[in-house]
Amino acid sequence: MAKKKITKKKTSKKTSTKAAATPRKSVVDKKRDAATKKKIETLATSVVKRSMAQKEPSFEIPTRSISNMTYNKKKRILEMGTNTQTRSLFNLGQSRKFMQSLLLAKGCRDLIDAEKTLSLRGMYYMGLHTIPGTKEKTFNDQSESDGILEDLEVSLDGLREELHIFAKKRGTMVGNITVVDNGDEINCRKMGSGGYAIPSICEPNVMQFKKCEADFILHVEKDTVWSRFNEDRFWETHNCILTEGSGQPPRGVRRMLHRMHKELGLPVYCLLDCDPWGHYIYSVIKQGSINLAFESERMAIPDAKFMGIRSKDYDRLDLSDDVKIELNDRDITRAKQIAAYPWFEGKREWQREIKTMLNNGFKMEVESLITKDISYVTEEYVPQRLKEGDFLD
Amino acid sequence: MTKIKTPKKKKTRTNATAETMAAGQRDISVSEFFAKNRHLLGFDNPRKAMLTAIKEAVDNALDACEEAGILPHVYVRVLQVNETRFKLTIRDNGPGIVREQIENIFGKLLYGSKFHRLKMSRGQQGIGISAAGMYGLMTTGKPVVIISKIKRKKAHEVVLKMDTTKNRPSVISDTEHAEDDKLFAEGHGTQVTIELEGKYQKGRQSIDEYLEQTAIANPHAQITYATPTNETIEFPRVIDELPEEPKEIKPHPKGIELGTLIQMLERTDQRQLGGFLTKDFCRVGATKAREIAKGADLTGQSWVKTIGHTEAEKLYDSIQKTRIIAPNTDCLVPIGSKALLAGLLKEVKAEFFAASTRPPNVYRGNPFQIEVAIGYGGGLGRDDSAKVLRFANRVPLLYSQSSCCSFKAVAETSWKNYGLTQPRNSIPSGPLVVMVHMVSVWVPFTSESKEAIADYDEIRKEMKLALQECGRKLGTYLRRRKRMARESERRSVFERYIGEISRCCNSLVGADTDKLYKALLKQARRRTDDADAELDDEGNIVDDGGRLGNDDGVIIVDDLQDLPEQEDTLFGKSAKKKKKKITKKKRGKK
Repeated sequence: MAKKKITKKKTSKKTSTKAAATPRKSVVDKKRDAATKKKIETLATSVVKRSMAQKEPSFEIPTRSISNMTYNKKKRILEMGTNTQTRSLFNLGQSRKFMQSLLLAKGCRDLIDAEKTLSLRGMYYMGLHTIPGTKEKTFNDQSESDGILEDLEVSLDGLREELHIFAKKRGTMVGNITVVDNGDEINCRKMGSGGYAIPSICEPNVMQFKKCEADFILHVEKDTVWSRFNEDRFWETHNCILTEGSGQPPRGVRRMLHRMHKELGLPVYCLLDCDPWGHYIYSVIKQGSINLAFESERMAIPDAKFMGIRSKDYDRLDLSDDVKIELNDRDITRAKQIAAYPWFEGKREWQREIKTMLNNGFKMEVESLITKDISYVTEEYVPQRLKEGDFLD
Repeated sequence: MTKIKTPKKKKTRTNATAETMAAGQRDISVSEFFAKNRHLLGFDNPRKAMLTAIKEAVDNALDACEEAGILPHVYVRVLQVNETRFKLTIRDNGPGIVREQIENIFGKLLYGSKFHRLKMSRGQQGIGISAAGMYGLMTTGKPVVIISKIKRKKAHEVVLKMDTTKNRPSVISDTEHAEDDKLFAEGHGTQVTIELEGKYQKGRQSIDEYLEQTAIANPHAQITYATPTNETIEFPRVIDELPEEPKEIKPHPKGIELGTLIQMLERTDQRQLGGFLTKDFCRVGATKAREIAKGADLTGQSWVKTIGHTEAEKLYDSIQKTRIIAPNTDCLVPIGSKALLAGLLKEVKAEFFAASTRPPNVYRGNPFQIEVAIGYGGGLGRDDSAKVLRFANRVPLLYSQSSCCSFKAVAETSWKNYGLTQPRNSIPSGPLVVMVHMVSVWVPFTSESKEAIADYDEIRKEMKLALQECGRKLGTYLRRRKRMARESERRSVFERYIGEISRCCNSLVGADTDKLYKALLKQARRRTDDADAELDDEGNIVDDGGRLGNDDGVIIVDDLQDLPEQEDTLFGKSAKKKKKKITKKKRGKK
């Protein structure tokens, strides 16, 4: 984790195609980089100017909270508002963060100059040193630098990719599609039992789609369920793409889903747990997240559908009592919160779904279907839903 | 006791008759009474007895010197004769005592100049020193030796024994010293030597503590103390001026009780009621006298002799109903804030001192005045609860702390408001010394041993007000100290980060690191300076010395808390400004 990871070598794990030998085109988008660099320099220049004029150096950061976020009913996505907060040097609570922001901005500029990318962890190490004359370190842990990087993203209006930073990759894909990742052709039909790890950066300059026969995308919550589907070759029998996001899907997975949905016109169905957390995963895929509202445009899939598990499945499928997991207080509060979100508020079916769950008093995981049969979910449950077109929107 | 007896034994009772009882009925002399009840006078145990003896002698010495307008120099020597026996010698440079009075003063209980007048003095009843002598006589059988010299006369050495049954002194020997006696350097003074059974122990409620506190409350006195361990401790004089002479006042009509009134009527030299009221009381003029007399269905011309019990009662009621202005207060001589601070500064190692003197007030017709001084921080114990030093007419009170009015006042004051911690219903904790002083023509002690001030509402209220005044000053000081700490913390945070920022900007846009650093440093300093001059809690701009800087009732010793400056290594130069902005006041001479 701590090693510098360079995207160019990242594909080595996959079955290398013959393309590996050919001299690779640079994946760096020169134009975009120049613009990002310019933004960083503008920030620094303003700091210098204000300092020299004996004014307080500061910059604005758009607020990333639910208060500064609106649900665009027309586009059916979450959007960031115009509220900003000022980060200034001569404010005791912000002083350190101000310094860290500049340090990381410098780090990003250096990355752009070197035409390389780094992981979040790598960035942490890049900015890490002891402040001369003190025993204080510039960063105490990675979470500190991660937060600053998100701030930088929004305040520079540049995406993480543009800053040459990627996150730890998470999420897997398999199915009737061939993609080109960083110049390597990848056939997702031949990914064995492990599947293709969806990279953190899925921008068009890195990732292109080549050949796709799939009719739809089935996104499942986690790896265990995905493995079931992959082993049963569900994607083959139903001609689809099978993805998984290890819980809350990371940006790479969401960007991938968004692009496949938009560019290949594939509908997205989600198979998630019947609990507030599953519901929120669906919400993030569909409308975007609160924290990354500024990226919703590029990530949200307003047409994504929720397939299950539904709260009525317990009765409908006659599941055994053993699958019940009691709702705790946190679950209940969260469920009520979700029901009150403006994008859930007007949907009667969703309100009913959450209400039923609360009335039931228990939650269910996708794996609970295994009590019926090992392959019940792939052979009965999903095909049935697809056939009936029984989805929540 | 009869229960212990076996029931079989026949009870033989000699029932007394009125006649046989009469044979045993006789006068009890005051001295006999106090000889039996010596604990009432503070002679309950050897340790306390020795302290009380010294206390009475020193109090008398100081009273005598002040009354005669002499800057007191008191010499105290405690000599250990054997395990339990001590010889106390107290010598002053007072005016001396005329030969005829020596035996009365030292050999008779309830004999003195101070009981019948209303004047602020340390002694009150005329019991103290003779009781000490009596205690010495009872425990060791040794008489008291008094040497007294009046200016331009020969010194007399008198050896005294007290006849307790008759409350009468008996002189054992009387010798005249030679003219060129060197005992009294100034040519006058008194020395008393008492041998008694005692116990010497340092620490709380010790002779050492008593003398130390006496020195605080009497900065104009020089006290030399030779301890039983053969050390000589000098408590120097810090103020070369005698306190003003307190005036004697007549009783205030509202301050007396019916019995006292009847007694006064019996004893007065005046013949008519008008004269009695105007001459024997303060604050009563002819008009007021008529008003009082009229209220009792009498006139100013009524003969005093004709006033019987019923009339006296009426007169008493009339006095209570009449509005009479409060007694004049020039009879009170407080130590004064300045002298209080000088005294405290001399004996207490604190960093912050504040004092306040309340205007005089009246309880039960007796004028009184409260003074409070506090010392905080510095070398005082941080973890203990505060120390309360109690004084009455410049005399330290060492015993019965918790039943004393001043202790209660300290506990009732809410010190939390001033930045201290205070357990519930208790005195505050932290490095704090609180000194409470009450001056009055008549200090209401809870007992004859004069250990605690009685709990009068008026007195406690005044004490609390004075404590609050000092507390507010302390609060201001503590808040400012906190703010200064915060500001310097703030500054150091900024200074830490601006180096990083300068280098980042240099790398990003090629700005001159050094120049940028200096510009930012200047700004950081300016910003933290701004905060130094912030408005204080009362909305005034805090100037360099702060509000406390101009306050005569405050002394801040800041050489105790100067911290070593940290070297700024970033660019190899140290440019930190001096943080402390409190005016330094010189310590009193020591």
